[in-house]
Amino acid sequence: MTFLTFLVAIGMAVAMATMLARLFAGPTLYDRVLAANSFGTKTVLFLLVFSALVGRQDAIDIALLYALINFVATIAILKFFRYRSLEIALAQMSLRKALDGEYEK
Amino acid sequence: MFYGISLTAILVALWLTLSGPFTLSGNYPIVMGLGVISIIVTVALTYRMRIVDRETVPVGPAVPLFAYWGWLGGEIVKANLAVLRLIMKPEIEVEPRLVRVSAEHRSELGLCVFANSITLTPGTVTVDVEGDGFLVHALDNSFTDPAGFAEMGARSDTASDGKKTGAG
Amino acid sequence: MSAAEIFQHARDAFSIGAMAVGLVFVIAGAIGVMRLPDFYTRMHAAGVTDTLGAELIIVGLMAQAGDWQTAAKLALVGLLLFLTSPTATHAIANAAHRAGQKPDLSHFKPKHPADAGSSEGQK
Repeated sequence: MTFLTFLVAIGMAVAMATMLARLFAGPTLYDRVLAANSFGTKTVLFLLVFSALVGRQDAIDIALLYALINFVATIAILKFFRYRSLEIALAQMSLRKALDGEYEK
Repeated sequence: MFYGISLTAILVALWLTLSGPFTLSGNYPIVMGLGVISIIVTVALTYRMRIVDRETVPVGPAVPLFAYWGWLGGEIVKANLAVLRLIMKPEIEVEPRLVRVSAEHRSELGLCVFANSITLTPGTVTVDVEGDGFLVHALDNSFTDPAGFAEMGARSDTASDGKKTGAG
Repeated sequence: MSAAEIFQHARDAFSIGAMAVGLVFVIAGAIGVMRLPDFYTRMHAAGVTDTLGAELIIVGLMAQAGDWQTAAKLALVGLLLFLTSPTATHAIANAAHRAGQKPDLSHFKPKHPADAGSSEGQK
């Protein structure tokens, strides 16, 4: 039982590392935001498993807060990049992508 | 008034869940006082924002929503297994599609529940809401079954509005 | 063996099963995010982690929780993830779509070893 919980914690850490790799490798901004969001979800799960592993209930409260902050941070990053200074860079990127052809309706 | 009382009851339950029922014993007057103050301030603020209605306190459609979540859970499991099979193939073979799903004659809550259900089911993500339809990105050709979308739309409509409408 | 022991063993077995399957789904979602070819397809792989993987691990932890308050808090975290993850996914997808990023709709086929050097996919 404890061994499986430990294994799940290790698995969460591995998944978090994978998400970090995508975060650094991601070709577009949205890959990075997606990786950051998914990293947050895995961190929440890691905290829950960690709290079961060491028998501390406090970590569940931290996980709850982290889930909330993760959601708000994702929305805030997206809003910043939609309405603020990177608009021009995004437009140039979209122009390059638009050459790939029209999607089907 | 009904929604205000429901909101207060939900907040009290949330407070008791998070801080523990020992606050009710009266030995920790500061903890209990802070809870009472924050609940009163929250309810007063929501009344001041005039958002206490059927959509923000969905106690009316709660029972049909939970029944709908049961059905949605089965769909999520099925779609998860399908996506898992696609991902774990030794060579990735997917055919992404962008399709339009019609969602006409719906309330805003119905639209929200429908779009959330599509996004929640792995393999399909609502990309945009355009007039009376959704733009849905599907991971593979096999996820773009119009009958499946129509059934999900009809069920979500029944769950959110409590009335039967035509399919899709 | 008393009824309480049987219940205890059934609870442990359920918890182990749920957490093991949840771990498989989370790892599969992480692998999918690394392997899939395009932003919009990676989004679906992240959805696998957010829905079934997370919920199964939380259900497994709830089954081995000691008291009701821990279980209630875990259920609260699960409900929060269940409600916010589709919203966040939709926000990211919608932001990418509004910024003009077009999804790659070509058919990603496994490459034949003979033409491994050529570009991937074809219209």
